[in-house]
Amino acid sequence: MSQKVLVIAEVRGGKLRQVTLEALAAARLVMQSGDQAEAVLLGHNVGEMASALASAGFARVHVADHASLETYNPETWLPVILDLVKSVQPSAIFTGHTAIGRDLAPQIAAQLGAGQISDVTAIDGGEFIRPIYAGKAFEKKKFASGPVIVTVRPNNFPPAEPAGSAGEIVSIDYAPPGSLKAVIKEVVRKASGKVDLTEARIVVSGGRGVKSAEGFKVLEELADVLGAAVGASRGACDAGYCDYALQIGQTGKVVTPDLYIACGISGAIQHLAGMSSSKVIVAINKDPEAPIFQVADYGIVGDLFEIVPLLTAEFKKILA
Amino acid sequence: MNICVIMKQTFDTEEKIRIENGRVSEDGVKFIINPYDEYAVEEAIRQKEQHGGTVTVVSVGPERTAEALRTALAMGADEAVLISDEGKPLDEYAVSRLLAAYVGKQSFDLILGGNFSVDNGAGQVAIRVANLLGIPHVSSIVELKIENGKASVSKDAEGDIEKIEVSLPAVFTAQQGLNEPRYPSLPGIMKAKKKPLTQLAASDLGLSADDVAPKTEQTSLFMPEARKAGQMISGSPAEQAASLVQLLRNEAKVV
Repeated sequence: MSQKVLVIAEVRGGKLRQVTLEALAAARLVMQSGDQAEAVLLGHNVGEMASALASAGFARVHVADHASLETYNPETWLPVILDLVKSVQPSAIFTGHTAIGRDLAPQIAAQLGAGQISDVTAIDGGEFIRPIYAGKAFEKKKFASGPVIVTVRPNNFPPAEPAGSAGEIVSIDYAPPGSLKAVIKEVVRKASGKVDLTEARIVVSGGRGVKSAEGFKVLEELADVLGAAVGASRGACDAGYCDYALQIGQTGKVVTPDLYIACGISGAIQHLAGMSSSKVIVAINKDPEAPIFQVADYGIVGDLFEIVPLLTAEFKKILA
Repeated sequence: MNICVIMKQTFDTEEKIRIENGRVSEDGVKFIINPYDEYAVEEAIRQKEQHGGTVTVVSVGPERTAEALRTALAMGADEAVLISDEGKPLDEYAVSRLLAAYVGKQSFDLILGGNFSVDNGAGQVAIRVANLLGIPHVSSIVELKIENGKASVSKDAEGDIEKIEVSLPAVFTAQQGLNEPRYPSLPGIMKAKKKPLTQLAASDLGLSADDVAPKTEQTSLFMPEARKAGQMISGSPAEQAASLVQLLRNEAKVV
């Protein structure tokens, strides 16, 4: 019997997030022929993104478009998704392991009395591979019983290629709840226009060697030229050089970009856990004995304040 | 104000992982309170210091978890509850059912937990507990103020900050930056020895083995492929920079 898989889509900065297409790619790995992928998209003024989903390979795209859905709030979002789950009856639900996905999926799982496998990086023969201890080890997990709920780590599945004819867009009747227990009073945009750390293709990261908040400017300049996100080690965050939101490591975020450039980072084991799965690692450090060089594909022993601006200039030449 | 902290004991983040006989070896490992849960414990104690009330710390785990609970008591929590995992591998579904069964029987105004645990890293349990209890939650908070029975929190939403007002009771998960956890003082450690630490089993919470049968299970464990040290680039700084850019473009093909 053919079954349905539901992907919870996400938008950021007026665009469909790539992780949504990665979630579809992951979902296809568990789908049997004849199964159908449907998407649900919540937000405000998301018509364009709904069309993008419809042509990305979803047979049906359910859209709730309302001003009160613009910023994620579990109280407004969850009932819409639970209603939809009730009517679609998916055998599996996939979404990104993002701020929204991490928050939403466990609530759906709790409501359905279901299991959930989080932060999945690969799927192998119906089993789900995910990092534990921030990637110091990996486990394979399977569902003892359904429904299947999975969050996928950004940057680990190749985004799904469009398949089949354009799907149909179905609008969900949405009325905002009368009163809320949790009310979002204000959103302070600090990350707007910046590349999200966990989704970035390139990360430029600084450690204690950057020496000050001011010192991070040279890294930001390099990041700007590369379209990269800036990250930091725990040492740099503890020293107050930058916000904890930038921390990469076992405490902090785990990143898996194509290119990770570690500047003035010694490579403590708790930091290595957060970045060792990057495809290519570059280390720039004054200390030739720094452990970071043992995991780096390319190493430069030198002063980051000298090397990084030179790199910025070189990249400008080739990327201009 | 009665505050509950749901917490977990984890490996120290400096520990290396070894797999022996298909399991992660615990031999000689230093255990700590999960760092994110430690922020939650600290925040609970600060809120108690400001508003009065009690702090109860609760955990699901093996016997050794008692040590982490004692540390929380030494920091200033009043009471600890250890719900035994009965030597079985539990998943987030099972753990959250046990915790919700305990928390639901008490009357807490505020329930705090960590954003995720540094071992499993799934970040499901606290959110599931909020849902099972039917109370609101905000995850990943970096600020908490309580006034007139309402909480005002700042949530870290991938770098943006959302300011949210929430009616209590509610569940919040702690993100780094919420506070700087204290070290237990010597008198604190002495007092902790006399504070109550209750051990419970699923049956004490009215749950059968079926009620907490995991929905997901681990089938195997493996280590990531070890990375090898690559190539060191020599020359003057200008030469190093130029060669690196060429290598990244032509050899690694990532730029």
